[in-house]
Amino acid sequence: MTTSIQRTWTAVCAAGAVPEWSGVAALLEGGTQVAIFRLPGDRWYALSNIDPISGAAVLSRGIVGDAGGVPVVASPVYKERFDLRTGSCLDAEGVSVAAYRVRVTDGVVEVEFSP
Amino acid sequence: MRKLVVVGHGMVAHRLVEAVRAEDKTGEWRIVVLAEEARPAYDRVALTSYVDTWDPASLALEGADYADDPMVELRLGDAVVSVDRERKTVVTEAGYEQSYDALVLATGSRPFVPPVPGHDLPGCFVYRTIEDLDAIREAAQRPGRGRRSAVVIGGGLLGLEAAKALRDMGLSPHVVEMAPRLMPLQVDEGGGGLLRRLITDLDVTVHTGTSTDAIEPDGERYLAKLGNGTELDVDLVVFSAGIRPRDDLARSSGLEVGARGGILVDDTCRTSDPAVHAIGECAAVDGKVYGIVAPGYAMAEVVAARLTGGEGTFPEPDMSTKLKLMGVDVASFGDAHAATEGALEVAFNDAVAGTYKKLVVSDDSTTLLGGVLVGDASEFNTLRAMVGRPLPAEPGAILAPAGGGAAVGVDALPDAAQICSCNAVSKGAITHAITEEGCDSVAKIKGCTRAGTACGSCVPLLGKLLTACGVEQSKALCEHFTQSRAELFQILQATRITTFSEMIDRYGTGTGCAICKPAVASILATLGNGHILAGEQATLQDTNDKFLANLQRNGTYSVVPRIPGGEITPEKLMVIAQVAMDFGLYTKITGGQRIDLFGATVDQLPLIWRRLVDAGFESGHAYGKSLRTVKSCVGSTWCRYGVQDSVGLAIELELRYRGLRSPHKLKSAVSGCARECAEARSKDFGIIATDKGWNLYVGGNGGATPRHADLLVSEVDTETLIRTIDRFLMFYVRTADRLQRTAPWVEEMEGGLDHLRAVIVDDKLGICEDLDAAMAKHVGDYADEWRGVLEDPEKLAKFTSFVNAPGTPDPTISFRTERDQKVPVLLGIPEVKQ
Repeated sequence: MTTSIQRTWTAVCAAGAVPEWSGVAALLEGGTQVAIFRLPGDRWYALSNIDPISGAAVLSRGIVGDAGGVPVVASPVYKERFDLRTGSCLDAEGVSVAAYRVRVTDGVVEVEFSP
Repeated sequence: MRKLVVVGHGMVAHRLVEAVRAEDKTGEWRIVVLAEEARPAYDRVALTSYVDTWDPASLALEGADYADDPMVELRLGDAVVSVDRERKTVVTEAGYEQSYDALVLATGSRPFVPPVPGHDLPGCFVYRTIEDLDAIREAAQRPGRGRRSAVVIGGGLLGLEAAKALRDMGLSPHVVEMAPRLMPLQVDEGGGGLLRRLITDLDVTVHTGTSTDAIEPDGERYLAKLGNGTELDVDLVVFSAGIRPRDDLARSSGLEVGARGGILVDDTCRTSDPAVHAIGECAAVDGKVYGIVAPGYAMAEVVAARLTGGEGTFPEPDMSTKLKLMGVDVASFGDAHAATEGALEVAFNDAVAGTYKKLVVSDDSTTLLGGVLVGDASEFNTLRAMVGRPLPAEPGAILAPAGGGAAVGVDALPDAAQICSCNAVSKGAITHAITEEGCDSVAKIKGCTRAGTACGSCVPLLGKLLTACGVEQSKALCEHFTQSRAELFQILQATRITTFSEMIDRYGTGTGCAICKPAVASILATLGNGHILAGEQATLQDTNDKFLANLQRNGTYSVVPRIPGGEITPEKLMVIAQVAMDFGLYTKITGGQRIDLFGATVDQLPLIWRRLVDAGFESGHAYGKSLRTVKSCVGSTWCRYGVQDSVGLAIELELRYRGLRSPHKLKSAVSGCARECAEARSKDFGIIATDKGWNLYVGGNGGATPRHADLLVSEVDTETLIRTIDRFLMFYVRTADRLQRTAPWVEEMEGGLDHLRAVIVDDKLGICEDLDAAMAKHVGDYADEWRGVLEDPEKLAKFTSFVNAPGTPDPTISFRTERDQKVPVLLGIPEVKQ
């Protein structure tokens, strides 16, 4: 018997609404907040929008760049950096945020999410 | 417990007390200091700087009043007049008697006034104490016709300082020197010619090779008749013809004196009476007296060591001197006159560049014995430290331009070499502080070793030692750029690159970070690159600039409309109040004399600003590394003490510099009189009114390491003031490091305040035209950033809560009430400290 993974993709916005090197915040069912980032070369990432250090829902507003080649966003509150691929925090041991799968279908940004 | 009595309280006496207190672990010595002057010891070496502020506190020596030390008693204004060595007591002028177990005489010197007829006329002064300068100032300010002039008799180190002080007081100075050249003790014939030219360029008339025969009253003025026939019409006379040790107490109490005066002591500073020591300028160590402070400090340390059970003898003193008079550098060290037998002299005299450098070396030319530097004394520190040691290269190679300073770097110095001669700190002691005691900055080295805390001329060497020890003093901005901020500024300016992506592509590596993106964004903003939220620039902005508001801990923002100079009409106050009430914002008055509104969500910001902009407000840039405010006291408009319109000027300045982005925030203030109610001296640039114009102070900061601003120019008119501030700001913006405030920027500047003044007042680097043009562009291009957002749908679109639910507020934000206003309810406690 085979099992297939059911993925629920939620449409969030038009791809054009997200400039390269920036992030936007999306509100999902049940109050979950997701921060979606776009890098050049059509690379998209999504992390929880809540900064675990300060508790503020602001990660989408951070500066996006790299740390030794690792794509990161720096929290606007205290500047800790989070790996865009995994949500792991580079500056605080044992700290991380949820990372979500994200894709663009027909110009629409979709996040994989189950409430 | 024994009694130590110190007679006199100058710099050397103060050093003695400090040293004894530091080394007296068992509390053996109770100290009584009996001073003639009515003030505690002050920095007499810096006496000339008193003219800048006329504030005695600027010369104060830390801890010189011993207020917190119960083991030290300081009695001021009552000179000791006799010593009874049999009974071991001293008696003061007022009749106070003090017994002693150990006595230290530190009575210093008196100025020597040659017996020139007329030397005691009311217009004649000496130049040694604060009171002397006050008296000179009073005489200089007496009303008279035309430009007043003065003559300084004595063209040595102190005489030239006095001439400069008189010039700063508005008089036209003459200097008369008996020797064929100025500073005859320190400078040789070759250097003397150049020095004369440089001093004359400073508006001082020099007369050398002549004595002064008489001073005669001439109506309200005086006629100074020189030996060479010249007659000078002057308003006052200052004698600076040398000093004589005050050894009266020694003579009257039967102690031996030196052949040429001074209290005779051996190399442990002991007089002919074992219970009595003498230190400082009054002491003649093996018959020799010293007129500068460094040997005096050494004597104080020797005596302190001996009193507390240690040992010590007076070492060979460092007689090097460095004079700095508004860009005229003169330095002399070691055997400057080649008195050593067989010594050779190698000189490089560049009349075009205005420099003269001479090295004196041993007869086999391998050992450095001394030198004279005129016009460019930048190598003074390293060369001085090399005296008595082998030269790393041929003297000619060191002096010639190609050799520059590279041949004599800090690496060439042995550990025993003295880096700071004022406090006798060796290279070894400093490197130990760096490598073993964790001193990783100039400030920490100063704290640990005292190096650099007296005259400050060795400070550049401290920086070089840090680098030599491998302390990361790299100015590289971050992992993506190896250049310093100042270098990036130059690149952006020269290449006219307007995007971060092109910049990092051509000059950096990787894709950038939260350090370099905002740094480049700031430079682009200063150079003028349109609205900071336009295009790619929006993605570079730091936390607050990104939304033109200050992010608070719960993700909301604060709003600060600009209130220039802190002046506002009741009508405008009502607008702010109404906006705050309509949006339910928490209000607070800021230190910058304006109003802050808190609790705005990102989507509310444009709505709030629409109301403010419509009412005539504009952005206050509270969110930027930029000019914040120019505070004011109410000034001459209303205040009965105000001498100038401080509010008017504050508003003019704030409107001129609003929007300027800089390495760190800029704060300013204007006070309408010397009472300084606007606290201008704690500002990056602060202005204090006098009845003659404005005084400009720069480099003041609040924050974790507060610093008072230094006086840059005084009594200037408004036009000159503004031009000077323009240049100060643009020079700072161009050359400072990332996040470097103006205080550390000025502190670390090589050449310090004098160099800053030379660059922006005297245009030494020839960049003032550029700086002026850059400021003019800033003023011309200014536009309110918030209005710019409100008028552009693309920028407005960024101010949404959620891209897929723009009308829905952030559900994590909630408030409670405290003191009748709303305050955040915080989600979660920070578990990991930032």
